[in-house]
Amino acid sequence: MDIAFSEDVQAFRQEVRAFIRTHLPDDIKHCVERGEELDREDHMRWHRKLCQKGWTVPNWPTEYGGLGWSLAQQYVFHDELAFNCAPRLPWYGWDMIGPLLIEYGSDWQRQRFLLPIASGEEWWCQGFSEPNAGSDLAALQCKAVLDGEYYVVNGSKIWTTMAHVSDWMFALVRTDSSGKKQQGITLLFIDMHSPGLSHRPIITFDGSHEVDQCYFQDVRVPVENRVGEEGEGWSYAKYLLSVERTGTADVTRSGAMLQRLKTIAANEQAQGKPLIEDHWFADQIASLEIELKALEVTELRYLFETEAGSDLGPESSILKIRGTEIQQHIAELIVDALGYYACPDLRPALWQDANAPAVGPDYAMLASASYFNLRKLSIFSGSNEIQKNIVAKAVLGL
Amino acid sequence: MDFSFNEVQQLFRDSVDRFVAEHYDFETRQRIVAANGGYLPEHWQQFAELGWLAVPFPEGYGGLDGTPVETMIIMESFGRGLVASPYLSSVVVAGHILNRAATERQKQKLLPALIDGSLRLTFAFAEPTSRFDLADVSTTATKDGGGYRLNGHKCVVHYANTADKVLVSARTAGSQRDPMGVSLFLVDMGAAGLSARHYPTIDGQRAADITFHDVHVDADDLIGDRDHALTLIDEACDHGIAAICAEAVGAMSALYDMTLEYIKTRQQFGKTLGSFQALQHRMVDVFMACELSRSMVYATTCKLTESTAERQRTASAAKVQIGKAGRLVGQEAIQLHGGMGMTDELPIGHYFKRLTAINTTFGDISYHIARYRQTV
Repeated sequence: MDIAFSEDVQAFRQEVRAFIRTHLPDDIKHCVERGEELDREDHMRWHRKLCQKGWTVPNWPTEYGGLGWSLAQQYVFHDELAFNCAPRLPWYGWDMIGPLLIEYGSDWQRQRFLLPIASGEEWWCQGFSEPNAGSDLAALQCKAVLDGEYYVVNGSKIWTTMAHVSDWMFALVRTDSSGKKQQGITLLFIDMHSPGLSHRPIITFDGSHEVDQCYFQDVRVPVENRVGEEGEGWSYAKYLLSVERTGTADVTRSGAMLQRLKTIAANEQAQGKPLIEDHWFADQIASLEIELKALEVTELRYLFETEAGSDLGPESSILKIRGTEIQQHIAELIVDALGYYACPDLRPALWQDANAPAVGPDYAMLASASYFNLRKLSIFSGSNEIQKNIVAKAVLGL
Repeated sequence: MDFSFNEVQQLFRDSVDRFVAEHYDFETRQRIVAANGGYLPEHWQQFAELGWLAVPFPEGYGGLDGTPVETMIIMESFGRGLVASPYLSSVVVAGHILNRAATERQKQKLLPALIDGSLRLTFAFAEPTSRFDLADVSTTATKDGGGYRLNGHKCVVHYANTADKVLVSARTAGSQRDPMGVSLFLVDMGAAGLSARHYPTIDGQRAADITFHDVHVDADDLIGDRDHALTLIDEACDHGIAAICAEAVGAMSALYDMTLEYIKTRQQFGKTLGSFQALQHRMVDVFMACELSRSMVYATTCKLTESTAERQRTASAAKVQIGKAGRLVGQEAIQLHGGMGMTDELPIGHYFKRLTAINTTFGDISYHIARYRQTV
């Protein structure tokens, strides 16, 4: 038993850190730090740098362009990206669709889709939830009917993250409704520019436009865009959801947020001294830091206990539950730390003029918006209650 | 990065688990803690024969040169079986101090006896007004001819009734809470002027309040450097923390198993308790608490041999995690067992009592939250 990274891995960490610090543009870093939205071009500016360095899709097998990195290297790579406020990597493509295609896709699909995913040229969105199928995902109704060489899709998807900037959707559709609801589901790749496909923005109460509702009206999808077998979509979905669960522990991003909280608490004054010297407040921060530590070691334990880090079991649901609870709690404490300056809403001023002067400290600017936005964490990618159902059934055997 | 046990540790673990399973069923345990000493001397001799008393000590004295991982393995198994014994105070904590700070001559005399089971120790560091602060020492040791004279009151000294000698922290310089000026002495439990009031603790174990009234010790009974014992005490208590956290994880995993089994079989409203979602989610909370605690036990165990700050931080973090988890797991186990959980007949409440005692031992949740942030 040894819970430290080897010297080689430590050296690799330094290399990654140096690269990010040299090449990550300041404006992008600043946006990520404050939780502001980045546009696609911002993402691409950073992504091209990673491509030039050859650091893409480390988790894929080398024959598909992966890097052959050890699990520890992959871990510290992601860790350093998060720690240094680099934008999130193209998650759906790198971590979900790529591995899915490598496992279940056809040769044609691998040839067509893998390269643009790795290079970041094509963006993906996830078409799972529907207006009447949220936590009860298998109740989905969006329908696909085979017509010669095409599926004709009709219905709607909702809460689709970044649909408005995506090129492709991986969508669960119903091809048969005669059996159990988990049967008769098929996984299709749908071109977001297809005729008959439209979307409308859903603005969340923090003012963000991250999600959309998508509408399908006789959208024609070539049969070659079907992943695996017709009617087997539920098993692919379960595969994808297990991948998604593990990504949401987000320990390092929470660590960076916690650091931000400490900076804020060191700057804010209470009773003539820095807020961080207030024992009650300092104890709350320390408690959170300890909770995060326990989560971090648990994440490492799950990763390195499983052979080669392949299939993390359903235990990984607890990473999602705890990870999201902790992030939400930090966001809450940041708002607490700001006192009155949690209230001014400067976004309208910023929309008109990006250089509009701040009211109150700069770090207060988007703190409340971020707190509001992060309420989504315990709801998306399988609500925390659904995660508990999964653990109860699959781990506890209840 | 490696969270696994090596082959030798795996075998060791199997053997400890087997011993506990075979010799320490709940009824036997209850008989042992109800008897006079709160432990079974024959078991202690068996521990010696199995080599468990030798684990942390160097080979030169008959030890096994083990790592904190082996201690963790023993303690987790003890926790699972609710084993009551002086192992923690005698081998883990007092043993650590001797091993680190005793002179060669002292070690030659003491360690082989500790290892063969003929000598048992305990460590008296807490005082009625010190709470959890290890530097808060009012017991004094004043120069007395070639030796020292001890005066003071030490409280809740773990398994003092089984000890032949007691390690005592006493002030040789400085004022009550000074980090400097604390020294350690090894005192015979039978020394003139030493009186001990022995009592059972809430978890069925034993402890004592010990008063020292002009107790004479020789200069040779000083352990480690005079006035500079605090860092050593702090380190020994961190080893104690790692050990009882492992014990707590064993106890929690036993509670988890029993409770899960219970809600899978107990029927109400025509179905098992485990089929109700409200109870499933509580049970998942218990599972999560156990998992996170296990991670922190591994972390604190591995960090015992790292830098002082790393060791202290991680030990405090673990103690906080285990303190909170111990409460949650214990309370939920009782709740999910319903009225049965309240009975003295079931082990549930007894595990909860041990977890409650563990939370206080070596500092509680709020003490360690503060210690954690002070070492950041």
